[in-house]
Amino acid sequence: MIQAVLEFMEKLMLLGDEAIAQGAIDAGISGIYAYPGTPSTEIMEYVINSKEAKQSKIRSGWATNEKTAMEAALGMSYTGKRAIVCMKHVGLNVAADAFINSAITGANGGLLVVAADDPSMHSSQNEQDSRFFGKFAMIPALEPSNQQEAYDMIHYGFEISEKFEIPVLMRITTRLAHSRSAVVRKQTRPQNEIHLPGNLKQFILLPANARRQYKHLLQSQANFQEESDNSIMNQYIDGPDKKLGIVACGISFNYLMENFPDKKIPYPVLKLGQYPITRPKMKKLYDECDEILVLEEGYPIIEELIGSFFGLGKTIKGRLDGTISRDGELNPNIVGKSLGMEFAQTRPLPSVVTGRPPKLCKGCPHIYSYNALNEALTNYSKGRVFSDIGCYTLGALEPFDAINTCVDMGASITMAKGAADAGYKPAISVIGDSTFTHSGMTGLLDAVNDNSSITVVILDNATVAMTGGQKSSATGKLEKICEAIGVHKDHIIVMNPSPKYHEENMKVFKKEIEYEGVSVIIPRRECLHTAARRIKEEKKKKELEKIKSE
Amino acid sequence: MKKDIILAGVGGQGILSIAAVIGMAAIDNGLYMKQAEVHGMSQRGGDVHSDLRISDREIASDLIPEGKADMIISVEPMESLRYVPMLAPDGWIITNINPYVNITNYPDMDDILKEIKSIPNHIALDANKMADEIGSKKSANMVILGAASLFLGLKYEHLENAIAKLFKNKGVDVIEINLKALAAGKIFADNYNKN
Ligand SMILES: Cc1ncc(C[n+]2csc(CCOP(=O)(O)OP(=O)(O)O)c2C)c(N)n1
Ligand code: SF4
Repeated sequence: MIQAVLEFMEKLMLLGDEAIAQGAIDAGISGIYAYPGTPSTEIMEYVINSKEAKQSKIRSGWATNEKTAMEAALGMSYTGKRAIVCMKHVGLNVAADAFINSAITGANGGLLVVAADDPSMHSSQNEQDSRFFGKFAMIPALEPSNQQEAYDMIHYGFEISEKFEIPVLMRITTRLAHSRSAVVRKQTRPQNEIHLPGNLKQFILLPANARRQYKHLLQSQANFQEESDNSIMNQYIDGPDKKLGIVACGISFNYLMENFPDKKIPYPVLKLGQYPITRPKMKKLYDECDEILVLEEGYPIIEELIGSFFGLGKTIKGRLDGTISRDGELNPNIVGKSLGMEFAQTRPLPSVVTGRPPKLCKGCPHIYSYNALNEALTNYSKGRVFSDIGCYTLGALEPFDAINTCVDMGASITMAKGAADAGYKPAISVIGDSTFTHSGMTGLLDAVNDNSSITVVILDNATVAMTGGQKSSATGKLEKICEAIGVHKDHIIVMNPSPKYHEENMKVFKKEIEYEGVSVIIPRRECLHTAARRIKEEKKKKELEKIKSE
Repeated sequence: MKKDIILAGVGGQGILSIAAVIGMAAIDNGLYMKQAEVHGMSQRGGDVHSDLRISDREIASDLIPEGKADMIISVEPMESLRYVPMLAPDGWIITNINPYVNITNYPDMDDILKEIKSIPNHIALDANKMADEIGSKKSANMVILGAASLFLGLKYEHLENAIAKLFKNKGVDVIEINLKALAAGKIFADNYNKN
């Protein structure tokens, strides 16, 4: 239905994520790489479903994890073509090695890295701020305030990436990623031809080369700074009342404007959309105004930078001085209050309203895996199940209460191993199929090499369910992978997680939990939603074929 | 003209189909629109909502400020109440009265209805039953939209056009049923107001 909306309108109504995707298509990318993760998933999905992208033979499709995605994008950039790589904020942790080093190699064809942050942790383990990563890598970073800017900045980002031969980071946050608004397209640009870097040693980070490349990166800082100082993404908007100067980064600018319906803000405002932070405009604001208020989603990066360590200088208000809460995303009311505005009392939340947390779907295969596992563990003390991230993490909630950890993708296997190494047995790992190929395989190899006594349960629902049912890199490969890693054939057991086989499955769990060594159990049944979608698509295909043959 | 609308329901109930119709009617008439959607957590059964803003002037924030929503359109009764703190003093609640019970402590329906009726501007309707009578359970959301159509500041035929466009690929019958559902909701709301 949403696709239909698009087709009927001259202006495209796009999610922030989709604006980025359309921007990338129009800016002449040759490939997009990504691993799913809320709120970034729709960027890749849009390109996968785009007819234009298909016609232009733009490479798309899900990677095994963010690091492989980042490296493939860098490889494409090496050939002189434009590439974009997208991930959620914690994905950048996984890709960090490649990401940081790509700043040292530099880019050849334009290279854009999109990181979608999730302040307030709507669907994440933390609210880390990717702007830090931009600063850490010492590369230019962009932060759009709305969908149109996101679209425009993709074009601009590729231009400066090629101008300075450097990867460029774009940071967005949940609300921009998942809010729909009108976007006007620019003219499309053809893809680059293959042209290798002039210096074929540029990408060899042997110390001797790396030192040279690093010096080059340091020297480039002045250029990045100058670009940012002159960028239209950073706007100084004057105001008559100099008692306060406001710095508004990215989407916080919209929340600020919302509080001034006539669009007249009495105070000077520095609207920031590009990093490194522009010095002349920031200095002007600091010099002219009595106090500064900093509005930024995520960490108080700018506030810390312009504030004084010793509390000298002008008063800087923001998340550090308590004007705004240290955690959580911003909204119009929080921004209004930070300006001293008073809001009328709203109606209270009626007391009849009770919580309705998300839960495993009725009939979800994970339910039956947990039921059998729980029963198999009844005679052991609690606290033995190390788990991971995915739909199955909801096994932490009642009525299952089945898992004890969830830290980062892949950690279930390695944490279980650490616990087993400490003499804590049995130690069980519960991990999803996509999470296993993302970051579980290497941990399993560690366990095999150490012959750590762990039972690894790989819940194979043939999809990346949590993020909406993307194609899983693991499908059809799990047993072979485990065997090749060195798990004994007799201890790789596939089961059907259905109530029909409860007793049988429970006994398998019991037996393997007692086994001294690495065993892998694979409960295998398709996610209900993925199955429903597949059946629908197959039916459609059949009907089409029938029409064709008639 | 400016309408801030909160769409509410439970994951999987398809609140975005209502958003798509309103959004398309608004855009086709040259209005601005912003719509913050809910994505992620693909499991069904959690509470979900979407902020939909339409206006003849440019819209700044993707999120509706607290206490400023003109309307809550909900496909589930308890969910309509979850966003009451967002509602403007003279705002409307338009909600289906069929509970989606997937929690053990779902409150008493009488208490929920009492609370809905304590909001001066409300319309509570049995959209499932009305959709069923028309012959398509699936079009309950369009019944609710029909009831809300009185307060959207959009011409009724623009909503009809939007439905025709959006369901074009699904065939004439589907369009017909959804238009009927829309009309049923509108007639209900017309009479509700008179009482
Ligand atoms: C580094 C990182 N990348 C992406 C995500 C987002 N994410 C959470 S769970 C998940 C995948 C879950 O898939 P799977 O393991 O197959 O379990 P399922 O949801 O299908 O049960 C993803 C991509 C994340 N939390 N961390
Ligand atoms: S989306 Fe699929 S895997 Fe996730 S809870 Fe529902 S049925 Fe289970």
